[in-house]
Amino acid sequence: MSEHRIEVTINGQAHRATVEGRLVLGDFLRIDAGYTGVHLGCEHGVCGACTVIVDGCAVRACLMLAVQADGCEITTVEGLAAPDGTLHPAQQALRDEHGLQCGFCTPGVVMTLAALTGDDKRPSADTLLAALSGHICRCTGYQGIRRAARRLAGAPAGEEPA
Amino acid sequence: MTAPQIGAARFIGQRVPRKEDGRLLTGRGTFVDDIVLPGMLHVAFVRSPIARGRIALIDTSVARDMPGVHAILTAKDLSRFKIDMLTFYLTLPGIEIPPLATDRVAYVGDPVVMVIAQDRYLAEDAAGLVAIDYEEEDPVVTIDDAKTGPLVHPGSESNAAAVLGVEEDEDLEALLASAPHLVTGTITHQRVSQSPMETRGVVVDQQGDEELTVYIACQSPHLVARYLSQAFGMPNISIRVLAKDVGGSFGLKVQPWREEMAVIAAGMILRRPLKWTEDRLENLTAANQAREQEITLRIAFDADGKLLASHADYDLNNGAYPHGPDCNIAVQMFMWAAYKMPAFGFYTKGWYTNTVGLAAYRGPWAMESLARETMLDIAARQIGVDPIEIRRRNLITKADQPCTTSLGIQLEDITPAECLDKLLETLDVPAFRAEQAAARKQGRYLGLGIATYIEPTASTGSIGVMSGELAQIRIEPTGKVTATLSTHSQGHGTQTTMAQVIADQLGVPYEDVSVFEGDSSRGGFGPGAAGSRQGVAGGGASMKAAKLLLDKVKRVAAHLLNANPDDVRLENGVVYVAGAEEMTRSLREIAEVAYGEPDRLPPDIQAGLETQYRYTPPPVTFTSAANACIVEIDAETGFVAIKRWISSEDCGVVINPAVVEGQIAGGLAQAIGSVLLEEVSFDARGNPTAVTYKDYMLPAISDVPDFEHVHASTPSKSEGGFRGVGEGGCIIGPPTLVNAIADALSPFGARCLDLPLTPSKILELIEGRTILRKASGHGAGPQAAAVDRPTAVTASEPDATPIGEAAEPQAAPPLEPAPATAVDGLWKMVLSTPMGPQAMKGRFATNGQILTGTLYSDMGDQDFEGIVAGATLKWDLKVEKPVSLTLKYDVQIEGDKLSGKVKMGFFGNAKLTGERL
Repeated sequence: MSEHRIEVTINGQAHRATVEGRLVLGDFLRIDAGYTGVHLGCEHGVCGACTVIVDGCAVRACLMLAVQADGCEITTVEGLAAPDGTLHPAQQALRDEHGLQCGFCTPGVVMTLAALTGDDKRPSADTLLAALSGHICRCTGYQGIRRAARRLAGAPAGEEPA
Repeated sequence: MTAPQIGAARFIGQRVPRKEDGRLLTGRGTFVDDIVLPGMLHVAFVRSPIARGRIALIDTSVARDMPGVHAILTAKDLSRFKIDMLTFYLTLPGIEIPPLATDRVAYVGDPVVMVIAQDRYLAEDAAGLVAIDYEEEDPVVTIDDAKTGPLVHPGSESNAAAVLGVEEDEDLEALLASAPHLVTGTITHQRVSQSPMETRGVVVDQQGDEELTVYIACQSPHLVARYLSQAFGMPNISIRVLAKDVGGSFGLKVQPWREEMAVIAAGMILRRPLKWTEDRLENLTAANQAREQEITLRIAFDADGKLLASHADYDLNNGAYPHGPDCNIAVQMFMWAAYKMPAFGFYTKGWYTNTVGLAAYRGPWAMESLARETMLDIAARQIGVDPIEIRRRNLITKADQPCTTSLGIQLEDITPAECLDKLLETLDVPAFRAEQAAARKQGRYLGLGIATYIEPTASTGSIGVMSGELAQIRIEPTGKVTATLSTHSQGHGTQTTMAQVIADQLGVPYEDVSVFEGDSSRGGFGPGAAGSRQGVAGGGASMKAAKLLLDKVKRVAAHLLNANPDDVRLENGVVYVAGAEEMTRSLREIAEVAYGEPDRLPPDIQAGLETQYRYTPPPVTFTSAANACIVEIDAETGFVAIKRWISSEDCGVVINPAVVEGQIAGGLAQAIGSVLLEEVSFDARGNPTAVTYKDYMLPAISDVPDFEHVHASTPSKSEGGFRGVGEGGCIIGPPTLVNAIADALSPFGARCLDLPLTPSKILELIEGRTILRKASGHGAGPQAAAVDRPTAVTASEPDATPIGEAAEPQAAPPLEPAPATAVDGLWKMVLSTPMGPQAMKGRFATNGQILTGTLYSDMGDQDFEGIVAGATLKWDLKVEKPVSLTLKYDVQIEGDKLSGKVKMGFFGNAKLTGERL
């Protein structure tokens, strides 16, 4: 089994590790680095629960190898809220809109919304909803998730397509 | 919505923020796969690649030699435990269910070998090196296969897992045949996967000889602890089951399955903590599934479209190892429960097949609403009545109650007709019909579907395992409130809703109430999230316990403040005495005395501020609803777009509208999945063909519309007036959507009741082709496997639906004179009841033609008298549970064996077998 030295920054903290070439990023984040907020729902890239932000982009941690993240800056759901506990706007919007039930898919939904609204970007609701079509939530029927996306979107309320 | 201001009078009815969300939004929840224990090893299963056959050889030697592999276990290794796999009712299932396959495999995915290694990667590597030789046999895949194919469980009598009802009922047939209108239809529901986003998982940790700790994704840690205690039968070990956060369940995690039991047994053998987390491939192939069923429903109407009689013929695929032998009697019990139906009969069957077993799925009896509500629409068209009108003429209204249905269900406060009225206040049907007509002229196909139903929620007391719930509440010396409940959330938000109830009743801030659940060592037994029950049973328990605690606070405060208890009130965590402002105290001041200075308390009062209450709600609390949905079908592509969906639901007093709407919306989304997208399918050899989320399509955000909610909120008779709401959307959603699609397709004169209604099926309907049901299964013989059996499930002209399809009468075989038989003595018997097989013993004594005896069972001992005629014994026995019934036994004795049937009132005949002891 090939082993590789990698250096990554996770939630602002530098990590050095030796990983097998086949180690999936999601497993590395959960097991080696201890970020169990990364949830593996399908391990084949459909459900989106494991989404993390790698160098500013929302990425499925089940479809990327840890070794591919060498040199990257990674944010997991644990790294989003401010140090004083203030929730990220994506987290707050989901909370206010009752956008979660069991909470298993939630970290992935949060990370996609956070990636698309980062740096004060205000994409349209259509853009956010299109991105969210890559996340499966089995509990909520997406009602609160959609309201949260509309709240985070740039277009003013009421001008969104139904 | 924001939280109510401190000091708000009521928390019940508020959209307060959920207490669960803080941890779940920040990745700090604790799901079972997040549990890591020192020295923990990881499990991977080697599973059968064939649906049916004999295990000829297992060679683990190469795998065993792999570095990092700690153990490889087979059924032989686990046989040091006698493990009784149980049904959901915690009864024996009547078939042998081994945690790991012994000499035979019964479905693709059947676990045969466990590999235990340092990490999951290594365990899977080694699993790939285990060599197993099978002698493959032709599998029994479909319900039709089961009726004619070889035995799924060799040694059993037939592939019928459970049968109830009456095969031929001449009186009912006469009613059906003579009616002015008879409508007949067959509805097929595909198999679906519950698909919680978190798969199954378990971590086992035995500490010494006497303590076993199990972390498991489940619906109730208390139920799992009880299951493990009974299944392992080890009296000298204390079992603690923990489940903090569970990522959805929907019926799947109601009981531990074979894999979980194998892991727990292996943990006790190896004395190392073990973890197994199911992967999605395993979840879609080897986790028990649901709903594969077919029903032929006949409904007779008078000339005015009023119901006269109905008959249902129902079949359910149980797979190889179901949650219990199941013919889904609830489908029949609730088929017409909300309607004025004078006569109803049924014949309902469950079948074993070589597929993964049956489990519950949100609203396991939902087929009744799908069949009834779709057939009512077809009947309305056939009779020439509006679909809304046909419901109005037949629904049981407030004015009709109290009443008892033809299957003995007592109703006193159902409101489906009222929900329909409220729905129609929101939905302008004439305006829609005008829009629909205009759209059709442009070649656009809009459709409106409506459905009504009632749902039995919080069933309690009739089935042992479905108990009430326990609430233990204490006011801490700090003045904060801690509640330990038997409820459990897999997304339900019971930490929130129960805190609302407690804060509301006690008079303390919502923020001051902490709710703990998810640990079998705390609080008391409760079956958890099963049967839409926690709001009713847990909410009622929280109300009652909070009231008791408030009484105590009042008595203590009155004594300390020299006041009358009636003048004391607790509001927002502050104790006030009427007319004496200077006596105002914080709850903390009172609590500190209650704990620390017992000599200052009234002499008859125990120190501390703690109480508990076990609340048993009424036997059933009914929730009612009417739903409407508008779709547009693209005639070019066959795609269905849902334009609007209105849910009008009466779930009594609403604790938290956001939670209630979340439950309804989640169920409706699952309904959309069942109708349009999801299908677990098998090829003719029993190989699953939807094994990833690329093939098994769950609804995405783009498939689910914004739901509109109307709440009727008629208080129930239960404490607090709550009604259950967990399953409803998944029950009423499918017929609502199917009816809308049928309405949209009505210009094409076609309908299809074979789910899922995929775009290709809808296109075929539009283009007037006959739909051929997909060739799934038929693996019983090579000739069957080779041919796609074409089964037309379309009526191209609904108005031309054939009327009257009386079953062919079959003459009963003549009774042969029986030889003189020895009857007297002790017999052991098994009765196949709606709740699974029930074991009992019977002592018979004969005196001429008089039979006397006693039956000994879990329900107690009962004496009876009957008659003997040759080898035939007949006697009657009255039972009170699950419902009041007279059981009519009709038993034939042949040597040391007996067999016969028991007529169980409207449940029809149940099978009885036995042998002499």
